[in-house]
Amino acid sequence: MNFRWEWDVFLRDTGGGQTYLDWLFSAWGWTLTVAGGGWLVAIVFGSVIGTLRTVPQRGLARVAAGWVELFRNIPLLVQLFLWYHVVPALIPPLKSLPSIVLVIFALGFFTSARVAEQVRAGIQSLGRGQTQAGLAVGFTLPQTYRYILLPLAFRIIIPPLTSEAMNVVKNSAVAFAVSVAELTMFALLAQEETSRGIEIYLAVTGLYVITALAVNRAMALIDRRLRVPGYAGGAR
Amino acid sequence: MIEISNVSKWYGSFRVLHDCTTRIEKGEVLVVCGPSGSGKSTLIKCVNGLEPYQQGGIVVEGISVGAIGTDLPKLRSRLGMVFQNFELFPHLSVMENLTLAQVKVLGRAPAEARDKGLKLLERVGLKEQAAKYPAQLSGGQQQRVAIARALAMDPIAMLFDEPTSALDPEMINEVLDVMVRLAKEGMTMMVVTHEMGFARKVANRVIFMDGGEIIEDAPTEDFFGKPRSERAVQFLSKILRH
Repeated sequence: MNFRWEWDVFLRDTGGGQTYLDWLFSAWGWTLTVAGGGWLVAIVFGSVIGTLRTVPQRGLARVAAGWVELFRNIPLLVQLFLWYHVVPALIPPLKSLPSIVLVIFALGFFTSARVAEQVRAGIQSLGRGQTQAGLAVGFTLPQTYRYILLPLAFRIIIPPLTSEAMNVVKNSAVAFAVSVAELTMFALLAQEETSRGIEIYLAVTGLYVITALAVNRAMALIDRRLRVPGYAGGAR
Repeated sequence: MIEISNVSKWYGSFRVLHDCTTRIEKGEVLVVCGPSGSGKSTLIKCVNGLEPYQQGGIVVEGISVGAIGTDLPKLRSRLGMVFQNFELFPHLSVMENLTLAQVKVLGRAPAEARDKGLKLLERVGLKEQAAKYPAQLSGGQQQRVAIARALAMDPIAMLFDEPTSALDPEMINEVLDVMVRLAKEGMTMMVVTHEMGFARKVANRVIFMDGGEIIEDAPTEDFFGKPRSERAVQFLSKILRH
């Protein structure tokens, strides 16, 4: 066998006035958009739902538990199809939304269930003492969460949250299934058009790795910034 | 000032408090002692509503703790509480521990809260530690910060739940000294403790609890001089032996 690299495939014209390199970068942009949007939705909903799982009001805690079970028991790809095909049929105004928005919510809600469980674990690891101390100085329960429990819980769960944030980048690949022009979609189409699957897939792989590593470094920076002297690994 | 009348509390079918009645007048120091599991900590946590109770009533300066509609956060902000395990907020500096509730609960200006915090740190001998974090302090220092944190709210009374039980022996006195000074200044105090030396020195009354009941409620001299109940006599002989 005589294999020759043809990296100049990326300089070829796609036929639409742009090169495959241009297309690759625009696809990367869509991947970042889906992942970033999905992470934002996941953090906001995950924090609220995870918090509610720990409150004394049984009804709220049960609703939050239902949310977690709903979104973590259905495969992500199936959830995406539900958002794309089923939900707009039931709620007609959603039909006008672009598919990128539906993808962001599908990925965000799926991930929110996982983030919620981590937030809950973080809060519960604190025990009753900190809650009582917060209440004893006169904070309401929401204030106790806002100023005491959540700042502590988030510091504790930064390592699993890092994995989760990296997962969002990788899981954004499902968006190709509803025709969002992100990296995986680009790989499938471009390798077919050019017959240079090896170069195309390696380039896409490289960009996923770079993105996930960047997320990892960003989280490590946040971890260092928030470290408390003498507490929970802060002595380093 | 604090009136506890016929309070009972159950965990499921297990009765942890049995018909407890006592009162604390303004400026009085009440020491609560008794074997572990006797309900002392539960009783003191009922006073600021951290633990609910099912029967009886607790009234703090005319406000009923257990009544529906009572503004518990407001009531708690007026009752300082010190815990066995300090429970300082570990992610906040010593100064922030002292100022956060002043600003967020009492609405004081940050500068005013800082001044107050500095004064109190000076009073407990920890002015130099203001910028440190709780985990960088010794147990005794942490507990003194916890006392300062409670005092920062200008409480009408202080509740101490075994404040020296988690401390190494050499740190117990630095905390007790602060408490003795506080008592001598006229602070109303309810103190769950085994420190009988402290009780003798500053308590006006001592109550002895066992099995969720208040077995003995007597002026300090009487309690140590001629305890009436068999169980209190036994308890005292055990902890005063050394």
